Amino acid sequence: MSETLTKNDLLFDDAEWNFDILQRSLDAIEDVALNDLKLNIYTNQIEIISSEQMLDAYSSHGMPLMYKHWSFGKHFARDQMSYQKGYSGLAYEIVINSNPCIAYLMEENTMTMQALVMAHASFGHNHFFKNNYLFRQWTDADGILSYLDFAKKYIAKCEDEYGFEEVEVVLDAAHALMDQGVFRYNRPPRLSDADRLAKLAARAEHEEVNFNDIWRTLPTVEEDDAEKEERQSEVRHIKLPEENLLYFIEKASPVLRPWQRELVRIVRNISQYFYPQKQTKVMNEGCATFVHHYIMNELYNRGQISEGAIMEFLHSHSSVVFQPDFDDPRYSGINPYALGFAMMEDIKRICEDPKDEDREWFPAIAGKGYWRDVLKDAWANYRDESFILQYLSPKVMRDFRMFAIADDSKESHVEISAIHDEQGFRRVRERLASLYDLGMHDPNIQVVGADLDGDRKLRLRHTVHNGRMLSDQTKASVMTHVESLWGHEVELEEKPA
Amino acid sequence: MTASHFIDRRKNPKGKSLGNRQRFLKRARVQIKEAVNKSLRERSLKELDKGEKISIPSKSTAEPRFRLDPETGEREMIHPGNKEFGTGDRIKKPPKGAGKGRGKKASTDGDGEDEFQFTLSQDEFLDIFFEDLELPNLVKRSLKEIKATAYKRAGITVAGSPTNMNLIRTMRNAHGRRLALHRPSTKEMNELKERLFQLERIAQPDEAQVAEKKEIIDQLEAMEKRRRWAPFIDPLDVRFNAYEPTPVETTAAVMFCLMDVSGSMGEREKDLAKRFYMLLYLFLKRRYERVEVVFIRHTHHAEEVDEETFFYSRQSGGTVVSTALEKMLEVQKDRFPAHEWNIYVAQASDGFTQSGDAKQCVELLQTEVMPISQYYAYIEILDERELEVFSSEDSGAELWRAYRTFAPAWENFAQTRIARPQDIFPVFRELFSKNNREAA
Repeated sequence: MSETLTKNDLLFDDAEWNFDILQRSLDAIEDVALNDLKLNIYTNQIEIISSEQMLDAYSSHGMPLMYKHWSFGKHFARDQMSYQKGYSGLAYEIVINSNPCIAYLMEENTMTMQALVMAHASFGHNHFFKNNYLFRQWTDADGILSYLDFAKKYIAKCEDEYGFEEVEVVLDAAHALMDQGVFRYNRPPRLSDADRLAKLAARAEHEEVNFNDIWRTLPTVEEDDAEKEERQSEVRHIKLPEENLLYFIEKASPVLRPWQRELVRIVRNISQYFYPQKQTKVMNEGCATFVHHYIMNELYNRGQISEGAIMEFLHSHSSVVFQPDFDDPRYSGINPYALGFAMMEDIKRICEDPKDEDREWFPAIAGKGYWRDVLKDAWANYRDESFILQYLSPKVMRDFRMFAIADDSKESHVEISAIHDEQGFRRVRERLASLYDLGMHDPNIQVVGADLDGDRKLRLRHTVHNGRMLSDQTKASVMTHVESLWGHEVELEEKPA
Repeated sequence: MTASHFIDRRKNPKGKSLGNRQRFLKRARVQIKEAVNKSLRERSLKELDKGEKISIPSKSTAEPRFRLDPETGEREMIHPGNKEFGTGDRIKKPPKGAGKGRGKKASTDGDGEDEFQFTLSQDEFLDIFFEDLELPNLVKRSLKEIKATAYKRAGITVAGSPTNMNLIRTMRNAHGRRLALHRPSTKEMNELKERLFQLERIAQPDEAQVAEKKEIIDQLEAMEKRRRWAPFIDPLDVRFNAYEPTPVETTAAVMFCLMDVSGSMGEREKDLAKRFYMLLYLFLKRRYERVEVVFIRHTHHAEEVDEETFFYSRQSGGTVVSTALEKMLEVQKDRFPAHEWNIYVAQASDGFTQSGDAKQCVELLQTEVMPISQYYAYIEILDERELEVFSSEDSGAELWRAYRTFAPAWENFAQTRIARPQDIFPVFRELFSKNNREAA
């Protein structure tokens, strides 16, 4: 009897999908996500696209609306090539930190994959975007789509007005400084930020309304006195050193025209928008992977998906969380999916079934049972660096057989400084955490001086940590870009901290 | 429950990133061109019409960012998969540069000499290849020889044949006129008639009814009169679509391929000639709506053949080049009148002909062929040893020397020598390059 009952309860029983099945599966997944895991999510908007559209989407940062630039064309050409040659598959999903949360499903996916992707993106990532403190504080999920829309139209208009080349020069230069175009340590005053977005949104809307207005003279060529006064007062309030190069240049560059400043601002805003994602790769993917794994297993336990489907799921899941060893030709660093998933599974284990070692390392959560709350707290309040520092357990380090290598460029040998043993756990954990601190491995370059009344020379300083200098291969060309934005001499010194 | 929903985007327009691609191609134009030319030299002509995978140095489209130099300072990395290492072990570093080959992941973002590979579509490929080539004298011919005409729509007129009547305009005019002249509508009249019937059906009409009846009859009569005076359609209303004969440029070209197939032309020579012909054909095809090809082979007599025979069948005999020119003129007069066709002639030969024939050829070219041709290309196919011997322009086989004598007088005549397949593209480009033609 149970046999027939199970058969009838299945959400789907072969690889084909249609919108009814999708909806039914989404409801079942949502049931687990909201009532069992108690996730807190933005409304989902799930879009079905073809593989070509998927390629399109990911050549431009995965955003559905992006301005035009040759570098996106280049990425598209590369991705298309490697996809057609079978070097790489397409990502199963793209999900956008927006409200509603937009996730893409590829039409080629089997139904099992669609379910996996929905659980992963529309609930895992979605929950993370909505709850993690970095995203909550630094990104504006409600405004991003209209902002991108504005950016796209604005840049297209600039191209019309001033020509491709002019626009390209500014965008190229601003792209080169994207990594230095974010606020890391101190946030800009929140109010003005909100104000600006509101202003921009209003401007975008205004343009939309006046789309047929042939008398429109946007973008303006020269700034009026009031704007100039406002900008200069902002410049006076910037306290040096300033870590956000793009921000400083946008405000203080002696040569940029208003529309060029706006372009720099667009690039800077987009860079800032992606900054939380760069800091939470392990957590974000770990969260999504943990959630899809839990949900799919739960659906299987409830008899809603078949043996075959769960096997197909496990096959994809295990390739997603596969971690090659350091000496494997496929190795290219630690897989964030693998590390995040392993750590989160381990937190669940520690809460439910701790060993003595765990009680010693994690007295606060070991054996307490409420793993859902522990995980949700971690998802909300940590980024990769602090999460690893707090939660990387000896068991995970042992399972990964992690070891630390100290490499001093002056020495002829590298040294194994710690391995996965009693003496090494803390050091390995600290080192791994610091590797996820972007502040440590993006070069720390700040504006230390700009003589705005005199020779207008811009002085930058690279604060050198552990003797690591800037790579000569790119330094000169990036400096050329900085000079083109600044319009006057730019000097870069490298000084040990 | 939240209001999750699905959107089917599969029908959305494709090629959203086309603009980005164009920007990218433009950006890397110089390098792409170089790569295209390089790849052309190596590929067979059969594939010329296809898309092509090309590699350009990634430096040209680098997106530089500030990076830390991995060769400086101190670092401590964490790796997974320890097998036999213990704390304190020391491992000698691999020699510089050698240790990098892990997995060889091509980085396209900045550093190094990596090649960036991608695929150009057929159109993009040919566009780039033919980019700075130009059809010689195309402009001149189209200005000079506009003979063909076509009828083009040229607005509306009041006179014309019934088949060209513009119904919409006509009815619109009629409608306007009817409104302006207050033509009583059929509906109004029918209403009155209805009323009249009603009145007539009354057996004993009273006075008022009789008066009304009379009035209606008068009214109807007046209306009838007015309707005759303001007809439904008046000749004044009628409009016709107007057509005007306009001269059009001839956009058809015929390409004559002349080839010596006597014993002295071996497979190699024919193959080289074929490559040149095909290139010319592709080139013409991009410039003209319609391109016809005529193959004429000759030994001591000439005949028109199909492509297969032209390239692959063998024939023995002597060599009289002028027969081919005569045959060409015959075909041209018969089927390709010069005022309708742009005429291109490509002649391939090993340069040997019966003594005295060269003179006759020059004669024919001077008087009959050159005046009607857009372009005449003579390709002499040598073997490599001969190429060295004939390194000077002035020395050469009989035909070559004879052509040299009159060539300077004709701007649209070109002669050149080919000894190896890889010469073909450079030679072709040389013949058609814009700069060259301007200089000539």
